[in-house]
Amino acid sequence: MITELGHFALILALAVALVQAALPAWGARVGDARLMAVAEPAALAQLGLVALAFLALTRAYLVSDFSVESVWANSHSAKPLLYKISGVWGNHEGSMLLWVLILALFGAAVAVLGTNLPPTLRANALAVQAGIAVAFLLFIVLASNPFTRIPVQPEGRGLNPILQDPALAFHPPFLYAGYVGLSMAFSFAVAALLEGRTDAAWARWVRPWTLAAWMCLTLGIALGSWWAYYELGWGGWWFWDPVENASFMPWLAATALLHSALVMEKREALKVWTILLAILAFSLSLLGTFLVRSGVLTSVHAFAVDPRRGIFILAILAVLIGGALALYAWRAPRLQPGGLFAPISREGALVLNNVLITTGCATVLIGTLYPLALETLTGAKISVGPPYFNLTFVPLMLPLLLAVPVGPLLAWKRGDLPGALQRLWAAGLAALVATVAAYAAVRRGPWLAPFGIGLGVWLVAGAAVEWTTRVKLLSASGAEAMRRARNLPRSAYGTALAHAGMGLTVIGIVATSAWQSEQVAAMKVGDRIELAGYELTFRGVAPARGPNYQEQVGLLAVTRGGAPVAELAPAKRLYDAPRQSTTEAAIHVSAAGDLYAVLGDETRDGAFVVRAYFNPLVRLIWIGALVMALGAALSLSDRRLRIGVPRRARRASAVPAQ
Amino acid sequence: MSRRQRRAALIVAGVAVLCSAALLVAFALRDTIVFFHTPKEVMEKAIPPGKRIRLGGLVAAGSVRRGEGLTVEFAVTDTASTIPVRYTGILPDLFREGQGVVTEGVLDASGRFLADTVLAKHDETYMPPEVAKALKEQGVWKQPGEGGRAR
Repeated sequence: MITELGHFALILALAVALVQAALPAWGARVGDARLMAVAEPAALAQLGLVALAFLALTRAYLVSDFSVESVWANSHSAKPLLYKISGVWGNHEGSMLLWVLILALFGAAVAVLGTNLPPTLRANALAVQAGIAVAFLLFIVLASNPFTRIPVQPEGRGLNPILQDPALAFHPPFLYAGYVGLSMAFSFAVAALLEGRTDAAWARWVRPWTLAAWMCLTLGIALGSWWAYYELGWGGWWFWDPVENASFMPWLAATALLHSALVMEKREALKVWTILLAILAFSLSLLGTFLVRSGVLTSVHAFAVDPRRGIFILAILAVLIGGALALYAWRAPRLQPGGLFAPISREGALVLNNVLITTGCATVLIGTLYPLALETLTGAKISVGPPYFNLTFVPLMLPLLLAVPVGPLLAWKRGDLPGALQRLWAAGLAALVATVAAYAAVRRGPWLAPFGIGLGVWLVAGAAVEWTTRVKLLSASGAEAMRRARNLPRSAYGTALAHAGMGLTVIGIVATSAWQSEQVAAMKVGDRIELAGYELTFRGVAPARGPNYQEQVGLLAVTRGGAPVAELAPAKRLYDAPRQSTTEAAIHVSAAGDLYAVLGDETRDGAFVVRAYFNPLVRLIWIGALVMALGAALSLSDRRLRIGVPRRARRASAVPAQ
Repeated sequence: MSRRQRRAALIVAGVAVLCSAALLVAFALRDTIVFFHTPKEVMEKAIPPGKRIRLGGLVAAGSVRRGEGLTVEFAVTDTASTIPVRYTGILPDLFREGQGVVTEGVLDASGRFLADTVLAKHDETYMPPEVAKALKEQGVWKQPGEGGRAR
């Protein structure tokens, strides 16, 4: 009964979304305030109805109602509570419902917080947002209904065991909040095009939403990568798998959009480009949804292997992206060009950022879609793997990362490059020292790797230099520096933190990629292998029983120079439902890196295959991502950036930052 | 600089970046991509030993032999042809006889495939799309989930 209520609420939400997509946009066109006013209650009603549907589905999962097909196919009564809940979005139908719930949440946020927006802009943006909702609600109701009933089954089939993991319970909500958060930028871009004008206020509105989306996307990708690292047992953290690229491309586009919206907000320049980028960022999110959900790519994410669904999503893609781009081609020439700037300036640096990031994003897109295109055209089946991306994407990012610390030290309009470089001498020195130290410490692996470490340190130290310059830590008195540090806008701290986080991630990536060491051996009790200065002694394998699985746990005693360090217990699990085995890696974390062990099969003569890795500094990859997200959060808490601050308040507090 | 000159400078810089990216992409796509073949194609196309390819099909029933150490030998078949494979390392969780598999590596002179990667599957109903397609063409495709998966 409650399930049917949820189903009904979903259909009602579709009806409300249809109204919200049509009336306010019409009202904005003919200047009817009453029609425009429909948007606000409609957005709230839509959120309420979708939330009701979502709760109804969650309830079905919690009580293990196996007369609902989605619950039967993806849940099990003996599953731990957390995974009963995460099972709601651990499958195709439920994840689409979560997608729409987040979409409705963002729409309602505009309705509630956007009271200071120009009424026509708000009405148009909410109408576009509802248009997206219509497309996806139709998709859910017609092609992937989570409320479909089946004859009651005694027991469910269970959730894929590798998805039964805390990191993966939260990975989809974050990722979707990021994907769908970019819909705000999209809706505002289309609304601006409909109105035929856009200004700094527009950028000020779009930037916090983009920042929030970017933050969620960063966390979502980091969680996914972390999960892949410890759960899949390959010792790697990123595989340039198409589904990873599908989330990485919107992240890149959102990063570019954040920076170009900054130019638009401060200088009213790059308007036409920013609007395009806003459309592209969400288009890449949609493309990601399509790639992952259509079954075009088969992977852990491809729940849907129903071609009808793929065609449906493709149609949504064509209408939304095609429509927005057509509108852009038609209306963008009308937008007034903005402020002038010299090539060497803050704007110039941000343009460089945009050019390199969007080009990098394009190479990733080509690498992701090329196999699909080639197979469609010629029938040849190929795979594009890490070598391609290392050859194309990485070289494009190098000049960008080199330029990152310089950009914030350049003045708007016309900058002083020698002056900025001079101020960065300390960062340059730190990078040089790090390069030499890395070379001296390791003396193996690719010769470029120490420079990679230097690059990461350059980013971290550059962010520190930017901060000290701003608060005049070295040139002014202590009290003055304190005062400046207090008055420095939080968004400035956010920028510095985000750039420093990028540096940490770079260090982690370079160190792990260049200096990972690996040992594979068939081990009997008492056998010992050596790896990165550790000795691992095999103590045997014992069976154990978990809540819904049986496992074989291997025991490895780890010593360093004879002194005990840790015990590693890698395991192989066999889950009860579905009967599927998984590998549980054991990881010993230290400041220098991760010691990572995986238990393999038993060989014919009674030994066990053990694979061990040492991944130097690998944690920095995710710590860096966390720091980046923290920077975004700090920026979001800035009073001047806060969503819904009246326009005049900003001018009053617009103290020059330097 | 006038607005026009600035715009020109910007466009030149943008085009320069795009061109270098295009060069990189063209170069990388020529050298780094790996073609996928079924055993039948490997037999027919006379792929030179040492060329890196992906070989996909079913793990032939009764073919898996574990060696003393880490080496595993098995055969990949699409029922039309069968290729012996040698692999050293840990096999993915769901590697089983009769299941779909994708391996990456090179052929040696005797026609044996030396795999350095055996691709993991995430799910027991998962079939690499290339394998599924090849098997369909061979007429031995069985819909995943058929045969008593629903208990």
